[in-house]
Amino acid sequence: MNFALTDEQEFLREAARGALARHKTIEAARAALEDPGALPDLWPVAVEAGWPGLLIGEEHGGAGLGAFEALLVAEECGRVLASVPLLGLLPATAILNAAGAPALGELASGALRASYVPARPPGELEDGWTVEPRSGMARAQAPRAAVEGDEVVLDGAVAFVPDAPGAALLVVVGTDAEGAPIAAAVDAGAEGVRVETVVRYDATRSLGHVELRGARGRRLDVDEAVLADAWYLAQALIAAESLGAVQTCLQMAVAYAKERFTFGRPIGSYQAIKHELTEVLRRQENARGLQYYAGWARESGPEEFPLAASAARACAGAALDFAARANINVHGGIGATWEHDAPLFFRRAQLSRRLLGGTHDATDRVAERMLAGVSAAA
Amino acid sequence: MDLNDTPEQAEYRQRVRAWLREHQGEAPPRNGSYEDTAYVDARRAWQRRLAEAGLAGVTWPKEYGGQGLGPIEQVTVNQELSAAGVPGILDVIGIGMLGPCLIAHGSEEQKSRHLGPMLHGDEVWCQLFSEPAAGSDLAAVQTRARRREDGGWALNGQKVWTTNAQFAAYGLLLARTDADVPKHKGLTMFIVPMDAPGVTVRGLRQISGEAEFNEVFFDDVALDEDAVVGGVGNGWGTALTVLMFERLTIGFGSESFGSPTRLSETVAADPAARRDPKVREVLGEIISELLAVRFNGYRALTALSRGQIPGPEAGLAKVTMVNAGIRAADLGADVLGPDALEPSSEWSYLISFLPGLKSAGGTEQILRNTIGERVLGLPPEPRLDKGIPFSELRAKEKEAVSR
Repeated sequence: MNFALTDEQEFLREAARGALARHKTIEAARAALEDPGALPDLWPVAVEAGWPGLLIGEEHGGAGLGAFEALLVAEECGRVLASVPLLGLLPATAILNAAGAPALGELASGALRASYVPARPPGELEDGWTVEPRSGMARAQAPRAAVEGDEVVLDGAVAFVPDAPGAALLVVVGTDAEGAPIAAAVDAGAEGVRVETVVRYDATRSLGHVELRGARGRRLDVDEAVLADAWYLAQALIAAESLGAVQTCLQMAVAYAKERFTFGRPIGSYQAIKHELTEVLRRQENARGLQYYAGWARESGPEEFPLAASAARACAGAALDFAARANINVHGGIGATWEHDAPLFFRRAQLSRRLLGGTHDATDRVAERMLAGVSAAA
Repeated sequence: MDLNDTPEQAEYRQRVRAWLREHQGEAPPRNGSYEDTAYVDARRAWQRRLAEAGLAGVTWPKEYGGQGLGPIEQVTVNQELSAAGVPGILDVIGIGMLGPCLIAHGSEEQKSRHLGPMLHGDEVWCQLFSEPAAGSDLAAVQTRARRREDGGWALNGQKVWTTNAQFAAYGLLLARTDADVPKHKGLTMFIVPMDAPGVTVRGLRQISGEAEFNEVFFDDVALDEDAVVGGVGNGWGTALTVLMFERLTIGFGSESFGSPTRLSETVAADPAARRDPKVREVLGEIISELLAVRFNGYRALTALSRGQIPGPEAGLAKVTMVNAGIRAADLGADVLGPDALEPSSEWSYLISFLPGLKSAGGTEQILRNTIGERVLGLPPEPRLDKGIPFSELRAKEKEAVSR
């Protein structure tokens, strides 16, 4: 039994924090609300730190590390709202690495940037692979994928794809006529591919609507489990980002509660404030326990990874929503002004919880895995 | 990150498992009524067997009959007992919290007299701390020990929420020995024989109808001079040691309220509930929190095994566990309907038991105060009892109420 970070993992996390601290990411998050071009390009930071190759095997020039390390880096990015395209990139590299795709070296070095065009695995309440719709609650079918030899012809649309803008390679999950999932690597510049950049509420979040009309890609030889794993990896990554942001919200709110006085004493001495902040801490620690669970499960208990990643997403998403609101609440009216940092984390919370199936979907997946587990045992 | 045993831990686990396989037939059932003398006697005998096999007092030093092992081994024993479907020791409070306090603060005579019979279940112990007017504010205890002329003490007062008092041989009692100093200073810890003249134990029935706790009354109970543990006036420090071991006991993760598997089975068995989005959402939230507690338990255990002392944040796991348990019992009952409230239902006991558990081992509000101050570093609430002699404080309180 050893459920703590190794020295190497601590070092990786400190290095990530140090590298990101050299950029004014939070100021940029505000400026980008009025001018999306104000975001600093953090890709060189990621490349220098070796993050693109985190999940690519060492034989291809990657770091050959596991989800645990990837989650630690995502957490640090979330802590300072840094727009590093890991959410799209890392699940894409996981699929490409499993497929033994060409160009893994270029991907690991950062010369080529890939993005995952996600599809949600079937569940108890919906039997097909589905993707995010542009609006509304009904999820759309995954793009149709017609296999022609080594190639796949794709037709369909996927909305709100993280980090799609600027990616040279799209790793698309579609389904064939039987509904079986098919993965393809599609050049972003190929005929029939359109990526429309969209900015919603949190300007640090790079999103794109992806349209595929007869777009041709190379078929990736991976089984269904790899494609389901990519979805849950994305869930765990957005959970880790959220956990990072929770920590900043808590630090900000605690610092203010110590220095703001009312009726002759610091507001942090009132139980109403103290208990709200303790609730943020409780949710933060629960999210961390589940992040460890997800990181552990993907390497050592893959059959539990869907449960672990979904639970991590559910808890962390709700934790960030709570923490962002508590932070504003503790600051009072000033916390809800444009110039304050608190609303930037609130924006992050509101958009994050509605991406990649949303936190409610993750919560439902937790129930589904438990129900399936006891049914199987019965 | 590794949840597996090291080779040494695996070997220890095998030894524990082998012993249990051979002896589990001698064990009483896991559940029974502590109001049933025959069941309590069977649990005592089983504790003796466990102690002889080295499966009780795992973390106690060897010189006091323990195994001198670490928290990981203690958890291994807990897991194997649970897997074998047999109960653990009867005297969790004595061996987990009070014995370690005696080891830390007791005299050599106290240790050699009491630790052996405690370990073997011959003498069960109870914790006499809480009072009707001193729970969250434990240092406000009013049970009074007055020095007699022969150097001994006369004890008067009342304790409450005392687990196992109905069959305990001894209790560790926090009493006020000096009311003319501020309240944390005038306290002393005593060993009290529960069969002493003047000690009365009365069962305290709760919502479920069961008496899991007791009230204990002390009417001029005579204590010898050597009943004092840790020195006169040092009771608060001695009590803090007990509370630290209480957190350790929680850290060992031995208890959970509301099984995720049983709840999921209840939902899965009802086709309408199973597809109901609201039921699924609540189920998903409860399961996520229970999983979080489990994996935070592994983090805490790793820290413990590296010699770190658990801080007050361990209380957060209790808050999560109790509230998730309450929601789990609620959801189980929502799915099953009023039958879930019948005494024969597995949910009925939890539904009745959990509201009281919210206050046990520190109310949620007190835990949040402590964690807010000690972990987050938030300033304490202004206090009206600092530096004031306890007798004066009580007089002020009485005046305020009568006004």
